[in-house]
Amino acid sequence: MRILMFGWEFPPLSSGGLGTACYGLTKALANRGVDITFVVPYAVEGEAEFVKLVSTSGIIKVRRINTLLKPYMSSKSYGEVRRKAKGPSMYGQSLFDEVWRYMHAAEKIAEEEDFDVIHCHDWMTFQAGIMAKKKKHKPLVVHVHATEFDRTGDTGVNQHVYEIERKGMHAADAIIAVSNYTKNKITRHYGIAPDKIHVVHNAVERSEKSFSEISALKKDNKIVLFVGRITLQKGPDYFLYAAKKVLEHNKNVRFIMVGSGDMEPFIVEKAAELGIADKFLFAGFLQGDELHKAYQMADVYVLPSVSEPFGITPLESMANNTPVIISKQSGVSEVINHCLKVDFWDIDQLSSKILSVLNYKALHEELRDNASLEVRKLSWDIPAQKCIHIYNQVLERNSIKI
Amino acid sequence: MVSVCLYFQVHQPFRLRRYSIFDIGKSHDYFDHAKNQQVMHKIAKKCYLPANKLIMDLINRTDGKFKASYSITGPALEQFEQYTPEVLDSFKELAKTGNVEFLNETYYHTLSSIFSKQEFAEQIALHQRRIKELFGQKPKVFRNTELIFNNEIANFVQQLGFKGMLAEGADHVLGWRSPNFIYTPKTAPGMKLLLKNYRLSDDIAFRFSEKSWSEWPLTADKFANWVNAVNGNGDVVNLFMDYETFGEHQWEDKGIFDFLGHMPKELLRHPDNDFVTPSEAITKYPAMGELDVHHIVSWADVERDLSAWLGNRMQQEAVKELYAMEQDIKSLGSRKLLEDWRKLQISDHFYYMCTKWFNDGDVHKYFNPYDSPYEAFIAYMNIVNDFKMQLKEGKESAYRKASMEIDTLLKTNSKVNKYKNKGIKDNSLSRKSRDFRKSKVGNRKV
Repeated sequence: MRILMFGWEFPPLSSGGLGTACYGLTKALANRGVDITFVVPYAVEGEAEFVKLVSTSGIIKVRRINTLLKPYMSSKSYGEVRRKAKGPSMYGQSLFDEVWRYMHAAEKIAEEEDFDVIHCHDWMTFQAGIMAKKKKHKPLVVHVHATEFDRTGDTGVNQHVYEIERKGMHAADAIIAVSNYTKNKITRHYGIAPDKIHVVHNAVERSEKSFSEISALKKDNKIVLFVGRITLQKGPDYFLYAAKKVLEHNKNVRFIMVGSGDMEPFIVEKAAELGIADKFLFAGFLQGDELHKAYQMADVYVLPSVSEPFGITPLESMANNTPVIISKQSGVSEVINHCLKVDFWDIDQLSSKILSVLNYKALHEELRDNASLEVRKLSWDIPAQKCIHIYNQVLERNSIKI
Repeated sequence: MVSVCLYFQVHQPFRLRRYSIFDIGKSHDYFDHAKNQQVMHKIAKKCYLPANKLIMDLINRTDGKFKASYSITGPALEQFEQYTPEVLDSFKELAKTGNVEFLNETYYHTLSSIFSKQEFAEQIALHQRRIKELFGQKPKVFRNTELIFNNEIANFVQQLGFKGMLAEGADHVLGWRSPNFIYTPKTAPGMKLLLKNYRLSDDIAFRFSEKSWSEWPLTADKFANWVNAVNGNGDVVNLFMDYETFGEHQWEDKGIFDFLGHMPKELLRHPDNDFVTPSEAITKYPAMGELDVHHIVSWADVERDLSAWLGNRMQQEAVKELYAMEQDIKSLGSRKLLEDWRKLQISDHFYYMCTKWFNDGDVHKYFNPYDSPYEAFIAYMNIVNDFKMQLKEGKESAYRKASMEIDTLLKTNSKVNKYKNKGIKDNSLSRKSRDFRKSKVGNRKV
């Protein structure tokens, strides 16, 4: 089976969970004999507009389209990137221009490539998917990793983005949602019948590396970790307020934020204002070994997201033997039990649970060991099998139509 | 001849509230009174009241041939008194019939038999007194929490004067032997053992409403035939189960009360059958063998061991912290603290921390007032920490008080002045004051 996949990022050139998910899923699909051409928008200075690359594994072909597009951008942050980028006359004027460019590039790729099913990852690729479907009359599967309602916290939904999402979902032969949480959002906000939506939970790659080096920070302190974009959706402010409360009870705790985002200046200033700037640290964006080190160094990982369609980072933390506290407003809470769950707005609960994991050794150990067993069951082969099943379904229906 | 011995366990814990780490040092009220009241009202209505009424009817209908036995824990008795006194009254009525026997257990439904024999004995005495006060019976047969049993416990229980004890008829204890005879523990030759027939008991307690069970639906005459089949290969069929089986675990609309209502008649149809209480069973039948049980058995889960309460590090840590306070609490002499400490021993608290069923799919079967075993542990340990602080403060204030009393004693004692004037050091007096101090605050450092 040949799949034409439209995505935004692919490791090592990725900035978040979407790239990780695409990587894990395509690798597992390839292991099951699925041929994948993966199209990503990718800006590299001096390179030709359309570059066809082969990924390091040699199994998945990665095709790159030259744009400034980054996955989690709002129209506003794209404007900032555009201003910073030099000599961009070749680029479009806005994020939507980029989406438009991506779509046309995709049309060309669709013409050239041979494939059975089109699989799109999130809204920026939906128009490309629709275009490819029209061109080749092949079934379209759209994979929803996040909706505009998650990114904007229900307020300030961008109408244009919403329209693209909606059109993509309606044009699709099947929709994949990363959780029931996301499925509910899709049925509620986009007018889609529930039976068209398949829930395929994400998974995690097993972490085999262990880093023995001990950070100086760890000598006298416990470490609480946040990994994610520092944006409204991820609840970095709740993490900060919980930190303040925890530090009132225990000074020997350090809070580390891994990631970057538009709320970073606000969080930095607020931490200073609360008088905890020396205990609240920013590590910037990390990936690969550096990220694994961060997980392993932490005593507890916190996912305080306001709205998290899935949330792979807690699984990564569990795979690195670090217990997790997760927001109940997340997809990942549907697949894991051996963790602590909180409502993201409940700072008291969050800080109280952080303190509990840090104070009670037996709790830390039980969470750590049971979670590490639990996460082993969540291999990417499970979602890959579900996807293959969905491909077969849409192919079957498509052949009946023809 | 087959005798049927029915025993029902009646227990409701004092559930703890979601005690946060920020409550430590601020609130000493550990219990979720609203929840406890609500549960008690619900179960009284669904189970205790209708079931007691039915048992009374059965005694009357069979001209006293029907018999049953209960053990009701202290926390259940206290909550009946507090929230549903009509339930307690109906048990008293049953006691008056003379057909109902009340067994002894640890007052607070605890694991004390494993962690402190002193506490174990004290709680048995406490429960015994209460049973005597309420039901006018002095229990002769002992039932340990969750049927926890081994040689050592058997020996201890015999020393307390019991004539009989209940235990689980687990396969790994009995081997080829049948649970339908009376046995005697190797370490307690003067005491008889009644073993639960877990197959027949669980047919009622667990499988009754299970449609996928090949014997579903279970009718009274079918069940009576299974009991009759024991005729010739056994003396007594011990049906031990939670009383909440009737109406709470198995619902009324599934026919559990109808089943119980018809069972005695069906059983008594066979002229060789009768009902016995545990005391009658051990008087009526001789011991057919000796049981030598080194490891601990209980009636819980397939494992029939302690793993439901002590299987993980959280449970072990929590229980260790709790029992470590025993001597301090007892020497302090605060009744309120002792009572709270004992309420914290209720085995349910540890059961809620069990992680062994907490995997996908099993979560829904998992009956627990907490969202997870981890939450149960957190609330419990926060409470234990507050309790430790109270204990420390209590000891300090007792120490201060004792010191003041000694000072007053020294000042007012003319004898002292006399010695003082003479410049003689009174060793006996200083020893006395030291002893006094010891008696007030114990021998430990504060």
